[in-house]
Amino acid sequence: MRKLNPTLETTFCGIPCLNPFWLASAPPTNCGEQIMRAFDAGWGGAVWKTIGAPITNVSSRYSSIDWEGRRMMGFNNIELISDRPTETNLQEIAEVKRRYPKHVVIASLMVESKREAWHEMVKRAEGAGADGLELNFGCPHGMSERGMGSAVGQVPEYCEQITSWVKEQARTPVIVKLTPNISDIRISARAAKRGGADALSAINTINSITGIDLDTFQPNPNVDGKSSHGGYCGPAVKPIALNMVQQIQADPTSALPLSGIGGIGSWRDTAEFILLGCATVQVCTAVMHYGYRIVEDMQDGLLAWMSEKGFASVDDFRGLSLANVREWKQLNLNYQIVARIHEDRCIGCQLCYTACWDGAHQCIHLDRTESKRNTTRTPAMVEAEATQRISTTPIPKLDSGSVVHSSAITPLERIPRVDEHHCVGCNLCSLVCPVEDCITMERIENELPFESWEERCAKGMVPPGTEEVVSTNT
Amino acid sequence: MSRRIPFHEQVVTPPEVVERFGDLHPPFDRQAAIPEANRCLFCFDAPCTSACPTHIDVPRFIKKIVSGNLTGSARTILDANILGASCARACPVDVLCEGACVMHRYNKQPIEIARLQRFAMDSFYERGVPLPFEPGADTGFSVALIGAGPASLGCAAELRRRGIRAELYDARPLPGGLNTYGVAEYKLPLVESLREIAMLSQLGVEFHFDAMIDAVALDEIERKCDAIFLGVGLGAIHKLGITGESLPGVTNALDLIAGYKSGQCTGVPLRVVVIGAGNTAIDAAIASVRLGALEVTMVYRRGPEQMSAFSFEYEHARNEGVKFIWHAQPLNIREDHAGLSLELLRLVATEDGSLVAEANSEFFLATDMIVLSIGQSTHTSFLAESGKVAKVRLEHGRIIVDRATGQTTNPKYFAGGDCTNGGREVVDAVADGKRAGIGIAAWLEAQHAKA
Repeated sequence: MRKLNPTLETTFCGIPCLNPFWLASAPPTNCGEQIMRAFDAGWGGAVWKTIGAPITNVSSRYSSIDWEGRRMMGFNNIELISDRPTETNLQEIAEVKRRYPKHVVIASLMVESKREAWHEMVKRAEGAGADGLELNFGCPHGMSERGMGSAVGQVPEYCEQITSWVKEQARTPVIVKLTPNISDIRISARAAKRGGADALSAINTINSITGIDLDTFQPNPNVDGKSSHGGYCGPAVKPIALNMVQQIQADPTSALPLSGIGGIGSWRDTAEFILLGCATVQVCTAVMHYGYRIVEDMQDGLLAWMSEKGFASVDDFRGLSLANVREWKQLNLNYQIVARIHEDRCIGCQLCYTACWDGAHQCIHLDRTESKRNTTRTPAMVEAEATQRISTTPIPKLDSGSVVHSSAITPLERIPRVDEHHCVGCNLCSLVCPVEDCITMERIENELPFESWEERCAKGMVPPGTEEVVSTNT
Repeated sequence: MSRRIPFHEQVVTPPEVVERFGDLHPPFDRQAAIPEANRCLFCFDAPCTSACPTHIDVPRFIKKIVSGNLTGSARTILDANILGASCARACPVDVLCEGACVMHRYNKQPIEIARLQRFAMDSFYERGVPLPFEPGADTGFSVALIGAGPASLGCAAELRRRGIRAELYDARPLPGGLNTYGVAEYKLPLVESLREIAMLSQLGVEFHFDAMIDAVALDEIERKCDAIFLGVGLGAIHKLGITGESLPGVTNALDLIAGYKSGQCTGVPLRVVVIGAGNTAIDAAIASVRLGALEVTMVYRRGPEQMSAFSFEYEHARNEGVKFIWHAQPLNIREDHAGLSLELLRLVATEDGSLVAEANSEFFLATDMIVLSIGQSTHTSFLAESGKVAKVRLEHGRIIVDRATGQTTNPKYFAGGDCTNGGREVVDAVADGKRAGIGIAAWLEAQHAKA
């Protein structure tokens, strides 16, 4: 077999990139000193923290959601754009580009919605040496109250108008950063495309209130007893971001080179965004949590995976999964799977049992040691029987001859059984099972051909009035 | 009558005992408890709950730690086991809840249930909140409980929650039985047992201390109350039946343990021999090390495979430097100018498991103190006046009961704990007492309905 030496080098609407890993416009890209350290660590590009109208920040600014002992599963901020003088930022852009000519520096911009103001800012940013411009139409807090950020992104006409103003002046690629705080992100994407955008980045943060302090009744982050809605990001938002990325890239009137953003922290996340059509990715929260050093494994892991899969560059797999995302009505109604519990791996936690009874379709049973199958015994009956059991501490001297139960072996009565005739193949049991490959979803060969709802409708096989599938993907 | 000064404030543990018998398993703080609690899978019909004789709903109390509902967590524990704080420290969890944890089955550490339970109970005490149960509305029924150990306490709590008067009689000056006087201090300090009982007293339990019940007194009690619960435990430690057993340097494990726990003994001589290889023998051997002995030797008739101590207890003793002499039978004890001399005879196990003496294998072991720990006799003589038939049926000295209700062959008498099960753990006694408390209430109600 030919040894594959994949490369991470790529281009993004004409900008050569050492790798697809960029830092998003955020606190990790606040100043030149930070960005140069990030480049030393291995980041291929950075979108400078948004330069624009003068602002004042508050303290505190961040809050987060922890989940079962893990910190920052979701992260929220009410920090505004750069609080440094524009001139300082531009000087530092020039300095960074002089010292790191091969690394990508994108200037993120946000100014008041006036043609001259945008022209002026574009001219200055490009004059400083920025490789491209990102228009921040997504910031959901503070700036939007002043008619900027998501206030622009949420109104397609403004989005298109400002993009076209920028394009009148810009010589470098123009990337429009989209807000997810809109019912259909494709509407803003189409507007940006009409305005002449060269590329898109998505998603910006999601409007959020992360939590309320149960002693003070005040929300977080707390600013003198009060808070304000912030922008949500981090691992929790990745699925939302992936969906929006797919929506944009699957729609010809929206699709443009796309820089994916939202909960990315590993090479795996990166691969998923690229498989849905992103050319680069942007990272913030994971770096705020663990530092620039995370990029080492993002590079290393992605290259190893690319070698294993036979991809020479990110272009080789970009968008590969788009064809696998369809509308619900196009899915195969005759595809049938059922859950199989592998007894040798089962530890007897019975989470699949309780999940199936209370959260799914009541087709997992605890009857392996009963003389005949019992599908009518409910969880409440099982619990009631348990309270009647008499247990004693095994004392060797008193219990000689009794069977010593090994904790390494799961007793048969604790291993649930799937009633395959009633299993609907929903996956829930396999999702709650804590043991890898203990519950697998197996295909049932039913000999039925592919058939979708769409086809059934076309054949007149569905009751009148039921043809329309309610879907968000229309 | 309950005393005004809380039990745990009536005793002072000597500083040398406090210093030498520090926690075997140090407590969790919140930072450690929550990640550990988060590891719990929240099994359905959880094996840990099943394995617990009192069926504490383990995943439920653990998830309440995670949610920050610490009062609810303690209530979940206490609802199933009124001595949940003691059991968190004293239970042999390796063979109970933690031994049953499903984590064993995929190469993961079992959840540290005991330490989480202690965390929940310690937090509960720290907040000084009242017991989260009220006594039931008075039914007019009255039950006498003989013995104030874990079985009677477990029974009394159920009775009081059902509005039944509970009067406990105990021969000692303080309640708790072996839970107070017999558990190694590094597992369960005496004051902690008493603190727990002080809390349980909020249910209105009445204690009669220094009350040795004989057959006459039992007749008197029987006349006054509606039912009787026997939670008398076991009797004295067996004697070896050899010469020299009454020498001043010879004692038994229970007296040694009760002695240091109650502050009457704060040191032992340099050389100690413990005869026997059960869990109590191990406790006595380790106590001897902690109390200053430099050479502690355990002597057992059989080999390590047959010892009745749990393997983790054996391991603990070895880690404390205790030495073992296997297959040796004590012949006699003599006193000489250098101390005591224990004569031993080597035994050999035959194929059928019986032990035979090895010819001319006698040898001597010089020591300063000998601690007997070869099992306890039963304490049942008070159940009958001499020459009369006992009030309840016994088998091998154990009181026969219906396991589900604790009822003896005499319907008015119920029993639980060591006097029925032959000598198990605190948690078994509490479970027996709990079932009996529920059984007594049901029986009394049925009797009342008939009348």
